[in-house]
This record gives sequence, structure tokens and C-alpha cells, in this order.
Amino acid sequence: MNLTLRVWRQKNRNDAGRFVTYEAPGISPDMSFLEMLDIVNERLIEKGEEPIAFDHDCREGICGMCGLVINGVAHGQRRATTTCQLHMRSFSDGNTIVIEPWRATAFPIIKDLVVDRSAFDRIVSAGGFISAPTGSAVDGNAILVPKDDAEMAMDAAACIGCAACVAACPNASAMLFVSAKVSHLGHLPQGQPERYDRVQKMIAQMDAEGFGACTNIGECEAACPKEIKLLNIGRMNRDFIRASTAAKG
Amino acid sequence: MELKSKCPTGPIEQQWQKHKAEMKLVNPANKRKYHIIIVGSGLAGGSAAATLGELGYNVSCFCYQDSARRAHSIAAQGGINASKNYQNDGDSTYRLFYDTVKGGDFRARESNVYRLAEVSTNIIDQCVAQGVPFAREYGGTLSNRSFGGAQVSRTFYARGQTGQQLLLGAYQALQRQVGLGQVKMYPRSEMIDLVVVDGRARGIITRDMVTGKIESHVGDAVILATGGYGNVFYLSTNAKGCNATAIWRAYRKGAGFANPCYTQIHPTCIPVSGDHQSKLTLMSESLRNDGRIWVPKKKGDTRKPDQIPEDERDYYLERKYPSYGNLAPRDISSRAAKQACDDGRGVGPGGLGVYLDFADSIKRLGKKVIEERYGNLFEMYERITDEDPYKVPMRIYPAIHYTMGGLWVDYNLMSTIPGLHVLGEANFSDHGANRLGASALMQGLADGYFVIPYTIADYLAQLKGPKIDTSHAEFKKAEAEANERIKRLLSIKGKRTVDSFHKQLGKVMWDKCGMARTDAGLREALALIPQIREEFWKNVTVLGSGDELNQSLEKAGRVADFLELGELLCRDALERDESCGGHFREEHQTEDGEALRNDEKFCHAAVWEFQGDGKPPKRNVEPLEFEFVHLQQRSYK
Amino acid sequence: MSAVATVSPLSSSVAKKVVVALTGLVLYGFVFVHMMGNLQLYAGPEKINAYAKLLKANPPILWGARLFLLAAASIHIILTIQLALKNRAARPVGYAGQAFQAASFASRTMIWSGPIIGFFILFHLLHLTVGSVHPDFSHTDVYANVVRGFQSAPVAGFYILAMVLLGFHLQHGAFSLLQTLGLRFPKYEKQAKLLLGAITFVIVAMNISFPVAVLAGIVK
Repeated sequence: MNLTLRVWRQKNRNDAGRFVTYEAPGISPDMSFLEMLDIVNERLIEKGEEPIAFDHDCREGICGMCGLVINGVAHGQRRATTTCQLHMRSFSDGNTIVIEPWRATAFPIIKDLVVDRSAFDRIVSAGGFISAPTGSAVDGNAILVPKDDAEMAMDAAACIGCAACVAACPNASAMLFVSAKVSHLGHLPQGQPERYDRVQKMIAQMDAEGFGACTNIGECEAACPKEIKLLNIGRMNRDFIRASTAAKG
Repeated sequence: MELKSKCPTGPIEQQWQKHKAEMKLVNPANKRKYHIIIVGSGLAGGSAAATLGELGYNVSCFCYQDSARRAHSIAAQGGINASKNYQNDGDSTYRLFYDTVKGGDFRARESNVYRLAEVSTNIIDQCVAQGVPFAREYGGTLSNRSFGGAQVSRTFYARGQTGQQLLLGAYQALQRQVGLGQVKMYPRSEMIDLVVVDGRARGIITRDMVTGKIESHVGDAVILATGGYGNVFYLSTNAKGCNATAIWRAYRKGAGFANPCYTQIHPTCIPVSGDHQSKLTLMSESLRNDGRIWVPKKKGDTRKPDQIPEDERDYYLERKYPSYGNLAPRDISSRAAKQACDDGRGVGPGGLGVYLDFADSIKRLGKKVIEERYGNLFEMYERITDEDPYKVPMRIYPAIHYTMGGLWVDYNLMSTIPGLHVLGEANFSDHGANRLGASALMQGLADGYFVIPYTIADYLAQLKGPKIDTSHAEFKKAEAEANERIKRLLSIKGKRTVDSFHKQLGKVMWDKCGMARTDAGLREALALIPQIREEFWKNVTVLGSGDELNQSLEKAGRVADFLELGELLCRDALERDESCGGHFREEHQTEDGEALRNDEKFCHAAVWEFQGDGKPPKRNVEPLEFEFVHLQQRSYK
Repeated sequence: MSAVATVSPLSSSVAKKVVVALTGLVLYGFVFVHMMGNLQLYAGPEKINAYAKLLKANPPILWGARLFLLAAASIHIILTIQLALKNRAARPVGYAGQAFQAASFASRTMIWSGPIIGFFILFHLLHLTVGSVHPDFSHTDVYANVVRGFQSAPVAGFYILAMVLLGFHLQHGAFSLLQTLGLRFPKYEKQAKLLLGAITFVIVAMNISFPVAVLAGIVK
């Protein structure tokens, strides 16, 4: 099939950036979206033009490195799919596809479609963990975890940190990402000692990074390739309220 | 090159304990005076960085991705082995050790493997404590599944995302240390050279992939945990960015490279769909618990799978290996698939595929159970192929997945360059000529959490000599060389893209040095690869500049190294004139097509020593002794 | 950006959201009670005028309630503006055309329905509480005020429009409130949503029924 692409090109962080239109003829429906971009890039290089920079790595939907806003939708129209797992059969011959980077103050653009998501790492550093020094652990079966709790923890832990939630949120809020980690650890007995401390620290860091606030509209949930539920945000809010109202001392 | 394995002696079950008791320690107050450089943030690098940071060392950790959490360990699906024997099915440290040595076709070092089996149980405990959401039974205990090459159920898992969950555990522990200031993380940084001063590894040269800046980093020890070199084949299950530059640069600086020809072909990957293919996707081995592998009995049978009656199907793994059946080890399953396809009985486009059929299991257990176990994998398969595996059998084909070879290390995980330690897939140590499923995660975490923290102290405690800094002449020299190389790549301004060279190399590697290798084919490859390399340095085009994010430039540097490594891989495959594990030389097979080892001549690790550009490398040998598991022909019948 | 942020939890965006939710809850409750009281319109002038008299019987309580509501509304508005500014700053450059996947019309228009409702409340106060924009205002005859007020079709129309917007605002607001206060429980989610939806519907439907009834001549 033959496609027209309108791609955001931006030389570096300080450049203003603009859309550039490229023709992409002869695209196979079996290609993944990124393979289509590979082809476009190969052709650009052969013409002596700089290829489009975009982040990607595992190309099997788990590393969370790829992420493009495709026709105004983070990771494209297909539900529960990362950009690398989106295939060209989702498009039709003659389509024009608009490709943009994640846009958020907290994620400065590095080049073209590549953004800096290190804010997420800092949020995790602030409290997204269980302090369990190596060697200090008791036997794995000494901590019994009810199956349902383990499943719910896993549902939340499936987050790949791609930041589509931020990209899709009109407020560029990171609440879904943060709440997924809070839920994952909060559902497990091992996560209880730091539960309330964790939620406060992570939210404080999230605010400091310049993400927006949640307006509970659900765009994040719709964009999430791992189908992390909005409910996690509710749970995090509950933990936050308990953490903030508990008398300390 | 001196290859002293430093393995402890005595009864194997006491070796690690004894060794730990004998190693030197670094006093807590002194730890912060040591600076450790870690390259790679996957299971091995991430767990090492977190643990060493926790111990009080001053750690710098580098990764090429935008975050430590993206390392390719994340893509491991099926599980992690540990000899907990929670199932009461006869597992033990000894049995895991035995299975691993046998699975590796008797080409691994016994002492290392035993230690790996021994610490496997600690890994599970550690990961549970960190909050890894392993699958649980209704009573709240940990759940297990079976994996290839074992007759016990010892694989712990978190749905089909075990690698992800283990990595996130390590990543969170690492980020905690970053927050505490114990570890400094350098994402989007690529190591492009190793700095050796007075015979010791003292630092690395990196390129900041955002600004393009070439930087020197000095340390008291360097740890490489940069994964495997499967991408030398272009198409593999590795991430696109996985590369061999770190270990290759270390090899060129004097580190021995062991058994490069030991590459693992994973039997269950989604077949190639066309020339545009940029990578291959693995379907977890765990699928073989419930899926049955078959091809039509008739050659060139083009009927749809549901129209081929039961008695016209060849469930070849069940037929050939009745006791292991669909759970035969990876090398054996892969070759059996290749044989079926070579025989003209392959399915799907180009006849390069076999069926992995869940119809029986769905009938027996119901769709819901299958969905619970493998839902995410089925979904992934459907996304890529547009076929519904609940209705149509999956099509799978073997693909390059893992490399058992890597930098040679001693029992302390130190390479032939003092101070340079190598962990995880990047080293050669534990899997011999074939790795069993769910053992890569185990090895990465064993090395990072439970081995290196002890052995590096032993090295550091004995470190003498003055502190140096990055103004040292060796750093300046290495920086200048790195800059020079980048300039050279940018100035060729030829006609071909980097990817076109990578694909060309990959095709040669797969055709001549893939699942089956021959003397003649390997010689052809050894003639072709230098030609491709020569053309690369004359005719590659890399646009843009060196002082910005430049993905073509990053690729060019990696492909340049693959073009050298590929040659070494073929050379090793040619010299190892036997078949063992993943290394299958067609000249050496049993009557029923199994790998035929030659223990008299090749019961050793081949360790290659760089001699300079244009000169053939030197092949050194570390003899392997099998005191505890006796050499035997592997049988999974 | 420092490695670890040091923001007091009470000044965080989530804390602000919680306060917005709590004040929203107060206003939601008021709107409901207000609607219930007004239903007495259908019981005739005596009933409702007596009710109005009762409300005004104790000035300290009346003014206390009024100030409380004023404070709730003010805080609700001020914090929402603060959050909206933060949200705006979080995405200064928008997309070429964002295609919404899940967000309801109600949820996306909170920022518009809110101010319009705010403006409506001012008008409503001047119209039926202070009487300054009322053509024929009486301080004791609430019934007559309502009937006379709604006989103007544009005024009635504005009331109806405002109530529709209030419906949207409450619909998303009620769900949002549960989410923000951490009161979503999957087990009772369906029932909770049904109940809130029903209350919102009743509020809007009844409030709209007043001008309609006047215009239709049912209440005269």
C-alpha cells in the first residue's frame, strides 16, 4: 500500500520543530509500524537525507522504549498495543498518517520523535521499591501471598513504563504510571512496611517533575498497552489520604 | 594467555562455601573509597549495581537505553529455575547442577554450574522479598511450571513476563541506590572502549548518545554485563540495540573470548514474514508444556492444518524423544524442526515453519485455562501474524536467541584482564554448549546478587598501586582513538546504509554458521566476511554529525564490531571440529542425527586471544574436567 | 531536578484534588437538598413560602450555611484553577489533533461547564435570592418570585441550559469524586455508579421541571 506520512522533525531540544511530509509507497501490511519507518529511513539515507530518529528496542512490546502518537492516539488506534506491535494492516492504502512524539513538559524532546523520560526513573528512585537488601530475604514460601493478591499485584506490575499514559492525558499526568507501581507493591505483604511512605514520596516527585494532575477522564487507561486500570489511581488516592491523615509519632 | 580457572577443590557441594570463607573482604568503611564501573543494567548488571551500591561501594552504571529498566532481560518470558523442590518431585541442587551440565552437552565448568544451582534458591527468596509478583497457588505458596531439559517442575514464573518482573525488581533496587546517591546512573551512554593501565582494567570510554560527547570514566574495577552477541545474525530475538561492542572492545584490549560458536537457536519463534523483517519474536518455551509440535507426514502438503487428519501428522518430538517429548532441550528441538523443513514438510510461507498446536490442550483443559496460562503470548502472536492461535495452530520456526559463548572468566567471574569482570550472558561460564530454558535469568541474577559482591571484594582487597584519574595517558589515547573512529565512520560517505551491511552479514552468518555448520560453509563465510567488512569501511554512509543523537552512527559502530566478531565466530566453529549442544557440525552426527561430541579432542573451552588487526587470533584452551557428572552421550529419549 | 523531591504532601496535586472532591461533595449535597426543598413548589405557595420562612428564621444559622457554601465554592474554584494552570503547563505544545479514545463529553468539558455554572449561580442569586435582576421581586413570596421569574422564556431557557451543564458536571464530578477520594471498590462499582447517576438525573430533571412547569402553565 501507499501511504503519506506527516512526521514531526526537530533537530534538538531547542529547535522549534515542524511537520515534514514523506511519501511511503510499497508498504506491506505484514510490516510492523516501526519496520515501515525503517523502510522510510533507509530510503531517506539513500537520498542523502537524515533518517527520522525514534526510540525502540525490543520490538516485542515489553521494553517500553517505543512510543509514538499516531494520528492523535498514543501508540495508535489499536487497543492494548505498543507502537512496535502495531502492524500496517491496521491502515489502508492511501492513508495519511500523522506521527508525533510524546508531548509533555516533563519529557523534553531530544530529537525528532525521541523524548527524555528520565522523570519516571526519578519517581521510582523516590520510593517505587521495597527495601530488601540482598541476602536478607527469608524463604520464598515463608511469605504467603493469596493468589488474588498476587494476581492483582501482577496486573499492576505489568506496566512497561512507556509513558503512553502521560502522552494520552490532556494534562500530561503521570498518575497511572505512579499508581501502577503503588498498587503493585501495595497489594503484596512485602510492600506493607513502606506503603504509606512510598505513596507520598512518589507523588511528591511526580509533582516536582512537572506532570499535570488527574482529571479522571480515562484516556490513560485507553492508551495503556498493558491495560493498566484507572482503578489503580483510585487506590493510590486512598493510600495517599490515609498516609496524609495518619497521625505520626 | 594464562587461563587459571581458580576453581576451589574438594567436594563440589562445599566448594563455594570454602571459597567464600577464604576470600578477602573489604572493610565497610573502606568500601566507599572504591569506585566500580558497571556496564549494562539488565538482570546481571542491574542486580550487581544495586547490591554493590547497597554494600557501600561507589558505583557508576551505564546503559545505552533511556532507562535501566529497558535492558533486554525484560523480554524473557517463561521463567527462572531454582532447585527449591517445593513440588516435592525429587529436585535438588545436585539435580539442577546435573541437568545444566548435561543440557550444556558437557562443555561447562562443573564448579561454576554447581554454584549456580546452589544460589538459585537464594535468588527466589531475594526476588520475593523485593515484591516480584510470582505466580501463586491458592494456598499462597509459590507456583512452578516445567521447562525443557528437566523432568522436575522447578521453574518460577510471573505469567509470561518473568524477565520483566525480575528486572523491575532489580531496577527498583538499583533506583533506590540511585536515590541514595550510592549509584550514579548513566542512561543513553554507550561504552566504546575499555581502558587498561599497567595490565589492569581501570576504566571505560563512553559516548553520551544525546550530546555525542566522548567521556572517560575511571574506576578500581570494571564489570561488563552487556548481554550476548546474537545480533551478529541481524535477525534474532534480541532487542534491536543489543550489541557486542563492550565485550568486543575488551577482547581487543586483551580479554580472552571463549567459545564464540556456542549460539543458541530457540525452537519456538514466529517465522519470518518478509524482507522487511527487523527482528524475530520468541514464543516462550513454556508453551511447549501444553502445545504439541507437528508437521504433515506428506511432503509439500498444502492443506490447512485442520484438514490434515490425525494419522497424517508427524508429532516428531514425541516420536523421537518419548520421555521428554515436546519438552526436549532447545538445540535438539530446533534441529528437529530444521530437519522436518529440510525434508520438505515445513508449513507456512516458504515452508519454514512447524505447527505448535493447542487443540488437544484446549479440549482437555478448556480455553479458559489456556488463556490464563498463555493469554498474553497468544495475543502477541495474533498481533504479529493476524492468526488466532486458539483456532489455528501457531506456526513457529527456530531463531537465534542466546549466545553461550562470551568473554572467558575464572571462578571469580574475572576475565583474563585483571579487574575486568564479566557477568550474565556476556560471559561464557555456566551453560556450556547449550543453555536450558529458564536458566539465563537464574545466571544473570546469581552473578549479580550472589557471586560478584563476594569475588570483587577479593580483587579490590588485594589492589595495590596508586590511584589514577582520567588525565592518565591511556585515557587520553583511548579517547583520541574513539574520536578518530567516529570521524572515520562519518567521513566515508559511501553509498550503502549501515543496515544493508548488517543484513548482508546476518545472512552469511545464518546460512553458513546457523543451525547446521559444515567445514566448507564455514570456510566460505570466512572468505565472505572480510570482504563485507572491507566494503563497509569503504562504502558505508553515515549521515549527520557526531555531536548529537545519531542513531545511524550508533549502529555503524556496532555493526563494525559485529563484522569482526562474526569472523571469529565462524573461525571458532570451524576449529571446533565436533558437534556439541548448539554447535552442530553436519560432519559429526549420530545415525539419528544427534550431535556427536569428540571428547578426546574438544573437551575444553576454546579461548581466543586478539593478536592485532589483520593477524589471526590465537586459540588457547582451558581443559574441562568432569569429576562429578560423568561424560556421556546426551539422551532425551 | 533534584534526586528526591521535597514537597509537603498537603500541597501536592493529589491533596488539592482531594479538597476539590470534598468541596464538590458539599456542593453536590447542597444541590440535592436545594432541589428537594424546591419540590414544594408543587405543593402550592403556602408550603414553599413557609419553608423559605423557616430557612430564614435563624440568621446566624442561615449566614453560617451561606458562608460555608461560599467557602466551599470558592475553594473548589480556586484549587481547580490552580490545577488547571498546572495541567496547562504540563503540556504547553499540543498534538496536531488529539483523537480522544475514552474521555466522555462530560469529563472533557468540566473546565467549561464549571465556569458557566459559576456564572449561572451568580445570576441565580441575583435573580431569586437578592432579586436585583428580577422584574417583580418579593422578599416573602418565593412562590411568586419563581413563577414570575420563569415566565420570561430567555431566563427559563438559561436555567434549563445551566441545569443540563450541571448534569454533565455532576455526572463526571460524582465519578471523579469516588476516584479521588479512593472510594472506588470494584465489587460495588456498578451499584455506586447507578446510584450516583440516578441522583444526578433526579437533580437535573426536577430542576428543569420548575421552569418547564411554569412555562407550560402547570404552576401559576
